[in-house]
Amino acid sequence: MSVELDDLTDAERKALARCHQAILGRRRPLRLDCGVELGPYRMAYQTYGRLNADKSNVVLICHALSLDQFVAEEHPLTGKEGWWDTLVGPGKVIDPARYFIICANVLGGCLGSTGPMAHDPATGRPWNLRFPVVTVADMVRAQAELLDHLGIPDLFCVIGGSMGGMQVLEWAASYPERVFSAVPIACAARHSAQNIAFHEVGRQAIMADPEWKGGDYRLHNTVPARGLAVARMTAHITYLSEQALQRKFGRSLQDRDALGFGFDADFQVESYLRHQGSTFVDRFDANSYLYITRAMDYFDLAAAHDGVLAKAFTGTPTRFCLMSFTSDWLFPTRESREVVHALNAAAANVSFVEVESDKGHDAFLLDEPEMFRTLQGFLKGAAIVRGLGEGA
Amino acid sequence: MSATPIRVDLQLIADMVESKTRALDVGCGDGSLLAYLASFKRVDARGMELSQAGVNACVANGLSVIQGDADTDLGDYPNDAFDYVILSQTLQATREPREVLRQMLRVGKRAIVSFPNFAHWQVRLRLVFGGRMPQTVSLPYKWYDTPNIHLCSIDDFRALCRDMGVHVERAIVLNSKSHPIHMPPLLANLIGEQAVFMLRRD
Repeated sequence: MSVELDDLTDAERKALARCHQAILGRRRPLRLDCGVELGPYRMAYQTYGRLNADKSNVVLICHALSLDQFVAEEHPLTGKEGWWDTLVGPGKVIDPARYFIICANVLGGCLGSTGPMAHDPATGRPWNLRFPVVTVADMVRAQAELLDHLGIPDLFCVIGGSMGGMQVLEWAASYPERVFSAVPIACAARHSAQNIAFHEVGRQAIMADPEWKGGDYRLHNTVPARGLAVARMTAHITYLSEQALQRKFGRSLQDRDALGFGFDADFQVESYLRHQGSTFVDRFDANSYLYITRAMDYFDLAAAHDGVLAKAFTGTPTRFCLMSFTSDWLFPTRESREVVHALNAAAANVSFVEVESDKGHDAFLLDEPEMFRTLQGFLKGAAIVRGLGEGA
Repeated sequence: MSATPIRVDLQLIADMVESKTRALDVGCGDGSLLAYLASFKRVDARGMELSQAGVNACVANGLSVIQGDADTDLGDYPNDAFDYVILSQTLQATREPREVLRQMLRVGKRAIVSFPNFAHWQVRLRLVFGGRMPQTVSLPYKWYDTPNIHLCSIDDFRALCRDMGVHVERAIVLNSKSHPIHMPPLLANLIGEQAVFMLRRD
């Protein structure tokens, strides 16, 4: 049934074998911000738990740049545990016994949802770099169409960190009546110049790799592995904090007692980064990386509302809970605070917690009891108002 | 969001708030008033608290609270965003009490303010006869570590309300056991240990 869309990569085949998919945009294509109409397109998604009778228990999880729909289970490619296993699962804060949990691979992604490696229905050839540039708003539109397809009217909660948090903000701004509560974590209402700069380094690394071949590497049976690995190494530094790097590695040497006076990975931190880069290549697509980083760069919620962020939330009925981490320099607390100020200006119901942590941006994926407590309390309060009861 | 019995002065404030309204508690501390208003009066209750630890505890308890400062952060809210803006035992710790009051009455249709009375007889005695800065149950700090930088008496507060053209809807004076007392203003200013005022714009 998907012949018209593409011939799948191995990664996509493995992913789709382990999750659900929906082909959308057949009758009415998805109108993207860039003006292109996309359709049909595929959304790959995973669910946990059961939809209750009045469809009031849906939690939508929005994933970050390099993550995917495999939130709380073994990853089909890496075999590693789910990226939000700490938060989602039986007995956890987001419990499938209580909520119907959905996470969809973003539009432009590479684990089953339509992205640059799909085929352009007009030409029958892979899009590659001819794939239209998608935005965070486009990703959210596609998720909204997925919910329509599933017959889900609204969401009890939309939650996500980093780019997932951007999607949460976009959800609340675009579909306020469909979002009962929203939890944007470690994110911002716009991508900063510094963040765009880091993404640009990553993209240039990919495009400078001779194996990238103008984005047509699959046609040439090559992979721009070195470029993508360097992109990941750069990005990975931004996810950590100076303290965390120092604590974890210091100046410790890797498998040696003395400096090698060469350019091998003398230091543990180098070896660690090289490992991060090379393993990333096994699970992520280089063109997808270009497209998704671009979507983040283009994100500016205020710009879409006359430059006034508060206007994005005028009259919002949504309950918000924002969280940031003290050592996150990629999405520092002041960015979350700006969103809080805007929400206050819209007289929205908002909670905001800054969590003390030295683990940098990645803290939102880690074992952070303060984050769990905050979320537990917020969801409990929201569930009572929603009529879901206090629950477990 | 279970609410245990709350402090007597907070209970008095809670009794002033109509049910099913919107209220902002500025300096909400551990959130006990918020929890009470939300559970027992179905109030859409929000809080602002200076200490991040206080905020985190409130949110973990299911309350809508943000970290913020009464002096700087009330300006974010639009006019008439709330039916009540509450400031309990915090006015005397603000840098610009008059501006804070003005903001409260801009953001809220009504303001409820409670504060310790610096003209309480014990305070007067300690200063006049003891010759030392007063320390009492409601003013427990030493002069050098007190957060209270703008203390006032009940009469001072009434005078400020007059100057600002603010209408005093209710004024309740409490004795040292936090029981309401009813006496003429001059005496209330001597006997009252603290006061709760409900204000609205004229």
